[in-house]
Amino acid sequence: MATLHTKSAARAMMAPAVIVLLIWMIVPLAMTLYFSTLNYTLYNPFSTPFVGFENYSYFLTDPTFLAALANTLVLVLGVLAITVGGGILIALLLDQDFYGVNIVRLLVIAPFFVMPTVAALVWKNMMMNPVYGVIGQLLQSIGLAPIDWMTDVPLLSIVIIVAWQWLPFATLILLTALQSLSMDQKEAAEMDGAKALSIFWYITLPHMSRAITVVILIQTIFLLSIYAEILVTTQGGPGSQSTNITYLVAQQATSYGDIGAASAGGIVAVILANIVAIFLVRLIGKNLDA
Amino acid sequence: MGQIHLEKVRKAFGDVVIIPELDLQIEDGEFVVFVGPSGCGKSTLLRLIAGLEDVTGGKIVIDGKDATTLPPAKRGLAMVFQSYALYPHMSVRKNIAFPLKMAGMDKAEIDKRVDYAAKTLNLDNYIDRRPGQLSGGQRQRVAIGRAIVREPEAFLFDEPLSNLDAALRVGMRLEISELHQRLKTTMIYVTHDQVEAMTMADKIVVLRAGNIEQVGSPLELYLHPRNTFVAGFIGSPKMNLLGGNEAAKYQAATMGVRPEHIRLSTADGAWKGTVKVSEHLGSDTFLHVESPVHDEPLTVRAGGEFPVHAGDVVYLTPEPDKVHRFDDKGLAMKGNGRAIG
Amino acid sequence: MARNVTKGRKIGTTILAWFVGLVIFFPILWTFLTSFKTELQAISIPPVFVGFDWTLENYATIQTQSNYFHFMANSIYLSLGSTALGLIFAIPAAWAMAFSPTKRTKDVLLWMLSTKMLPAVGVLIPVYLMFIRFGLLDSRLGLIVVLFLINLPIIVWMLYTYFKEIPGEILEAARMDGASLRKEITQVLAPMAVPGIASTILLNVILSWNEAFWTLNLTTSNAAPLTAFIASFSSPQGNFYAKLSAASMLAIAPILIVGWFSQKQLVRGLTFGAVK
Repeated sequence: MATLHTKSAARAMMAPAVIVLLIWMIVPLAMTLYFSTLNYTLYNPFSTPFVGFENYSYFLTDPTFLAALANTLVLVLGVLAITVGGGILIALLLDQDFYGVNIVRLLVIAPFFVMPTVAALVWKNMMMNPVYGVIGQLLQSIGLAPIDWMTDVPLLSIVIIVAWQWLPFATLILLTALQSLSMDQKEAAEMDGAKALSIFWYITLPHMSRAITVVILIQTIFLLSIYAEILVTTQGGPGSQSTNITYLVAQQATSYGDIGAASAGGIVAVILANIVAIFLVRLIGKNLDA
Repeated sequence: MGQIHLEKVRKAFGDVVIIPELDLQIEDGEFVVFVGPSGCGKSTLLRLIAGLEDVTGGKIVIDGKDATTLPPAKRGLAMVFQSYALYPHMSVRKNIAFPLKMAGMDKAEIDKRVDYAAKTLNLDNYIDRRPGQLSGGQRQRVAIGRAIVREPEAFLFDEPLSNLDAALRVGMRLEISELHQRLKTTMIYVTHDQVEAMTMADKIVVLRAGNIEQVGSPLELYLHPRNTFVAGFIGSPKMNLLGGNEAAKYQAATMGVRPEHIRLSTADGAWKGTVKVSEHLGSDTFLHVESPVHDEPLTVRAGGEFPVHAGDVVYLTPEPDKVHRFDDKGLAMKGNGRAIG
Repeated sequence: MARNVTKGRKIGTTILAWFVGLVIFFPILWTFLTSFKTELQAISIPPVFVGFDWTLENYATIQTQSNYFHFMANSIYLSLGSTALGLIFAIPAAWAMAFSPTKRTKDVLLWMLSTKMLPAVGVLIPVYLMFIRFGLLDSRLGLIVVLFLINLPIIVWMLYTYFKEIPGEILEAARMDGASLRKEITQVLAPMAVPGIASTILLNVILSWNEAFWTLNLTTSNAAPLTAFIASFSSPQGNFYAKLSAASMLAIAPILIVGWFSQKQLVRGLTFGAVK
């Protein structure tokens, strides 16, 4: 609703942002797509014959790929279960009235601001080291054998580290949603004779359902591309026990120099992410008109 | 100078036509009010004149110059918005000075004009406050101040009083009328409130669905509404419009009579009815009367106190020379007709 | 809470909440404490909590041995540079979307969002090769551009949701008052949107500061920010715990403080306005 003048101005103002993003999206993606059809290694970058889908069949039939796919799923689902479940509980707790609520809020959200490399290193050395780590010493003090986290349960370790980083995000968003629930609704339900548990089940949880969906979708986007946490802790190992798709693809390129296979893997990662992205974009799009 | 001529102006958003072709002449120094129900296109029309929207067709001529494609700032018009649209981060002084600063005027002249405007609008005590610290009426004055310092060819007001409470509205109405007396600058004023239109305007433009239903002075509209729409819209309370038998008695498709033009009696009269609601204001008495002659209650006004209450039987008689007649297209017919029988 | 809670219950909740809060915060707290220990105390069994000889030695060592400030400076350059570049591109775009929306505005916004969902690893190789080709590998400029591009959608979105809350009439008033487009944005819109722009800057600085895919893959030393600095401590053997802790604290402290101040705006930015 404006004049032709402002409309054309608007288009000109939007153009730079749209154009740079368009280039950023199309050019590298097209190149990745192109590389994925070549036999292209860094050891012999001058001979890059066209091989069609060979990289894809190589990448997809590689047993490591299947392991990485499974690991990715475990990582995403494990972290989601911990963060959403824990996030709801902690949000309910922080919504109560108690002494020092603001300080506890700060304590709870702090891990979100810790950069991934620091989070991973602190957990790996200070917490999970079997000899000097706090957890190991705690276990020993109650007479249990310490666990060599990174070797014995590498994937679980990474799930714990990543869940620790994302728990604040889930908590913060769910708490925001919780606080937007009007007191009236809860009071009306109480007048109707509902017990605390049924109020949670029939009033609070449905009210939070959209926030929960948002948390799940946004986290999934980020969790699909976990990288630094693996790099500085297990480096995907032992074997490929803690390798996810992102790490596998980066490894193909940086360790093995196989640009073709890495590109094919990148395209596979894009397709996987898009499946989630479609749902997220729809959800947010619906919300735009409201 | 502040002549504004609209020639065959048309506005459509995509397929939705807001204003079909429309012609209008606004003369220098006139106070013109655009009035109509919400969605009639009156605000859009004002925004077209302001240059905040493009016309889809036609021409806007300001002071003899074609202004159809001129940007808003080049049209020499100032606007007072419904929400006041004050700059919240600037003091009153800076708000009023803003258009002058944009015009590149020198500091001394700006100060002189702002001080003068602030004084005439009784804003001198608030000059360094932010809009957020002002009352609704004060904000309104700042918005007016920002408009007058530019010494524009014409002022545009977009429902400026609708956010004020009733008491303040009457006061601001007077202030704007006085401002017009003093400045003698063309003013175009949009409202949905026909009382504002009647009390302020030199010329009222009644709009419906983007069409001009009638243009005229307040009294012309009151005495000679061109059609049933204008008849029903202008005047408060609304004119009673009756069809069927009663209209036929006046050789019309519809007959209309204003509440103040019905004689009331408890003894006898043309229409018998029962009082449904009675409103006793002291100065006036308004009755809503159910009568077999019309399926909706008829509204009647009696000057002073008329002692009847809900459930009482009253007789109503329209004053014959004050009856309006409309044909089957709703257009006014000449003469008052003659009641048969 | 409108109603009074019984004192006993409130104390119970307080204990539980503080316990949960401290458990979650513990790794950071422990790192903080360890950073002031000697290496020997850092690995003492059983661990000491506060009863040790506090020392700043580790912090001094970190700076002299690893040139902490070099990485810190890079982190600042990268996060501020990419944020500034982002604002320059995003403010006009968000202005257009918020105040002159067309039928396609929504699609453009959603499309921008979808570029954010493109996994970095899908475009790592071409970007890596292009960086080599144009000599951008391990350069601040190259990383600033990449960080700018990956966060641009979030900046546009956040600004868009803030601008939407500013009444269009005020900008129209500015237009009537003779403000040019540039003045409309710089003198009317931007000052009114200061809180929104500030939160956008904060969130974007946090995201850039902690970005650990591109910064690890596209730098070696020259342009390496704190994420890479820490990654170089990847395998400290035995007696490096205190120094690792000091390095970690140095890397996260600035952003932890910024983050604590901007926690309210985070929700909105991170959910693209879907949760306010």
